[in-house]
Amino acid sequence: MTIQTSLASTALGRRGFLVSGTAVAGGFSLGFTFPHAPAQAAEAKEINAWVVIKPDDTVVIRIARSEMGQGTLTGLAQLVAEELECDWSKVTTEYPTPGENIRRNRVWKNFSTGGSRGIRESQQYVREGGAIAREMLVAAAAAEWKVPAAECSAANSVVKHSSGKTMTYGQLAAAAARLEPPKEVKLKDPKDWKVAGQPLKRLDTLPKLTGEMIYGIDVRLPNMLTAAVKASPVIGGKLKSFDAARVEKMPGVKTVVAVDGNAVAVIADTYWNAKLALDKLPVEWDFGKLAEVQQDDITAMLKDGLGASEAFVGNKAGDAKAAIDGAAKKVEATYSFPWQHHVTMEPMNATVLYTPDKCEVWCGTQNGEAALAAAAEAAGLPVAKCEVYKQMLGTGFGRRGRADYVRQAVLIAKQMPGVPVKMVWSREEDMTHGQYHPTTMCKLTGGLDKDGNLVGLHVRISGQSILAALLPQNLQNGMDPVQFQGFAASGPEAAYGYNVPNLLVDHAMRNPHVTPGFWRGVNTNQNAVYMECFMDELAEAAGQDPLAFRMKMLKPKYAAVLKAACDKAGYGKPLPAGHFHGIAQIMGYGSYVAGVSEVSVSPDGVLKVHKITAATDCGHVVNPAQIERQVAGSFVYGLSAAFYGEITIKDGAVEQTNFDSYNVMRIDEMPKVETVLVPSGGFWGGVGEPTIAVAAPSVLNAIYKATGKRVRELPLMHQELKKGA
Amino acid sequence: MAVLNVNGKSVQANADPRTPLLWVLRDTLGMTGTKYGCGIAQCGSCTVHIDGVAARSCQVPLSAVSSGKKVVTIEGLAQNGKLNKIQEAWLANDVPQCGYCQSGMIMAATALLAAKPNPTDADIDAAMTNICRCGTYQQVREAIHAAAKA
Repeated sequence: MTIQTSLASTALGRRGFLVSGTAVAGGFSLGFTFPHAPAQAAEAKEINAWVVIKPDDTVVIRIARSEMGQGTLTGLAQLVAEELECDWSKVTTEYPTPGENIRRNRVWKNFSTGGSRGIRESQQYVREGGAIAREMLVAAAAAEWKVPAAECSAANSVVKHSSGKTMTYGQLAAAAARLEPPKEVKLKDPKDWKVAGQPLKRLDTLPKLTGEMIYGIDVRLPNMLTAAVKASPVIGGKLKSFDAARVEKMPGVKTVVAVDGNAVAVIADTYWNAKLALDKLPVEWDFGKLAEVQQDDITAMLKDGLGASEAFVGNKAGDAKAAIDGAAKKVEATYSFPWQHHVTMEPMNATVLYTPDKCEVWCGTQNGEAALAAAAEAAGLPVAKCEVYKQMLGTGFGRRGRADYVRQAVLIAKQMPGVPVKMVWSREEDMTHGQYHPTTMCKLTGGLDKDGNLVGLHVRISGQSILAALLPQNLQNGMDPVQFQGFAASGPEAAYGYNVPNLLVDHAMRNPHVTPGFWRGVNTNQNAVYMECFMDELAEAAGQDPLAFRMKMLKPKYAAVLKAACDKAGYGKPLPAGHFHGIAQIMGYGSYVAGVSEVSVSPDGVLKVHKITAATDCGHVVNPAQIERQVAGSFVYGLSAAFYGEITIKDGAVEQTNFDSYNVMRIDEMPKVETVLVPSGGFWGGVGEPTIAVAAPSVLNAIYKATGKRVRELPLMHQELKKGA
Repeated sequence: MAVLNVNGKSVQANADPRTPLLWVLRDTLGMTGTKYGCGIAQCGSCTVHIDGVAARSCQVPLSAVSSGKKVVTIEGLAQNGKLNKIQEAWLANDVPQCGYCQSGMIMAATALLAAKPNPTDADIDAAMTNICRCGTYQQVREAIHAAAKA
């Protein structure tokens, strides 16, 4: 199977062919092979699962995690290359397929790309992969020269003997590939890194500048048809009937099919012809009682949970209620956080070629193995007869960790055996059939002693659980531990940073019918808004500066990061007239982060975020340039949600349909972001997500200073910030 | 059968004249560098040049360009293998993250620089209304300024 080349007319077109060739057999998706040609099976030698070397010294590093803009492809390659001692300019990458992973006893381990885990959870074994390959290359040279391996050293893709003799990795690859891998290897101390830790450029940029990068939506197969799909607008509704005869004679239309009992698809020669027919297709739905659900019902449901007697306890120390009751001063506030949509730039899509004994899928996915499992189930075939070829993702943000769209595409293609079908969701379909950032409310009650110390704190969260909907097997006696991100009692992932003698964080689970999902940052997003905005309220009640108030309670690593951000931002020093600083911090995804936002609000209520200074302690820094980009992008993502993000329900359906009703930040609203990296070593934290959480609370805290208004409901577009309003 | 001028070449497209140029490029001509993002001219992922002016191809029917107008897409910016100034600046500044919106960003920035060789930040804000969900805006701004100086 080959993919048609695009009609790219530039002289770079040959590269376009390589990119398009992501369908190659053999269990590898030759995705991002620039600037070198992809490994040819005949000449390329696999030293081990992670490293393939060609006679021309090209090093192909296998990457199991999915690239969706976060830079994991480059960062993981840096870690392998560091231990491999190869020439970075000769490095290229490829994806093993999920099917190949299973055939090889999961040699590449986890493909799932979420939770900012790419580097922090695979660094050990990918570095070992590089080190093992290096040892094998050295051993091959030693055997060739009949000298002890200890007299040989490797650097820059060359093995050198103490006598001065040298051989390149390309010359050694065939012999090295035949050797037994060493059982143990010693990894470098990060302080000795030369490739890792450097602000290297991404490996996958060039084809993104010329139109030649192939995303899932760009896949083209011979004789391929395209499907436009419409699922029940009411989430959970069923397909009753449709009148195919009304559209079957429209230009390009091949057929109209029912999908999974809840959707209908038109298959046509082109997307546009499929969409035109789908728009004209009369469809009847069975919405049932779900069509009566309104946004107010959901708000009432969440409010009920705020005072409910039963709740799951996520973190408890001392006796918070007694401490608050006995406190000199009591502070109380209720916050809320609406549903958010991922709005991946590339709408959901997948291309499927189904035959009765094979099912192949081409798509962008954050979880190749979940996509494979979904394809097998939908196809009704064993996993061994299915395959998924991962394509570049036009962002994922957690949305492409789910495989609902893969299942749908397979069920459509299954109705046209032998014909490749590309299913493409319209933006409207995508917006109304998301897996939404859950909605919650939170009531916080704090007690201060006469000296302004926080002696008791109760955080009551009410609202939607992601695990209850998507992964109920991961609930712990009914409790969703993920709900407490940033509030956890301990652990390396998302532990609470403040020392509060009497603390209770609990969750009254309230699950509306709207499908929740993992949305970049997940529950750190709203938990940081709740905690960090309330911290400012407590500080004010205590008559103390928000930074000083926090510093009294923060554990060392949290305090150090917050201080680093504040020092860099000049917190406490004079700002331009009308400008104010707001701060926030959290630990998420194994990293400690803090942000200082500088904002102004004009007398007529116009908010401007001028600058954000953000500090990150992720333990070890693999690529500072890419971390800076993740941090800056996190503010765009987090502030888009804070300014505009809100999914609402009317008659059981999502009201927002496209960017005209679900706005996001553009370049004119982007603040200048300055990133401070303060890696303290000794641990590995993620960077793709944690910073998002400090975006909204740091801005909200600055808005209070500018206006005297506590904003406790998002998005900001509904809030009147005008003086005197 | 419509005849179009795309990237300096005359090409034939067998599509209804009302079909948006975006889908003619992607599905009929197989030029997938121009991206679909919203279909309502909001996001700019589908930006191309029509007679040198940036246009959102999801809102341009085939009939509007089949009369000899010069369409340039992302695939047509590099000449004889040489990237244009904006593409070079994008490469030097390592601008793209996922890259999906970047075809449109680069087309918009190229048109901006053609109209205003030394754009101010305000010019950039006004012209670059494309959506990037990864949040590359800071690098986009820096790269446009760098290209202007190059």
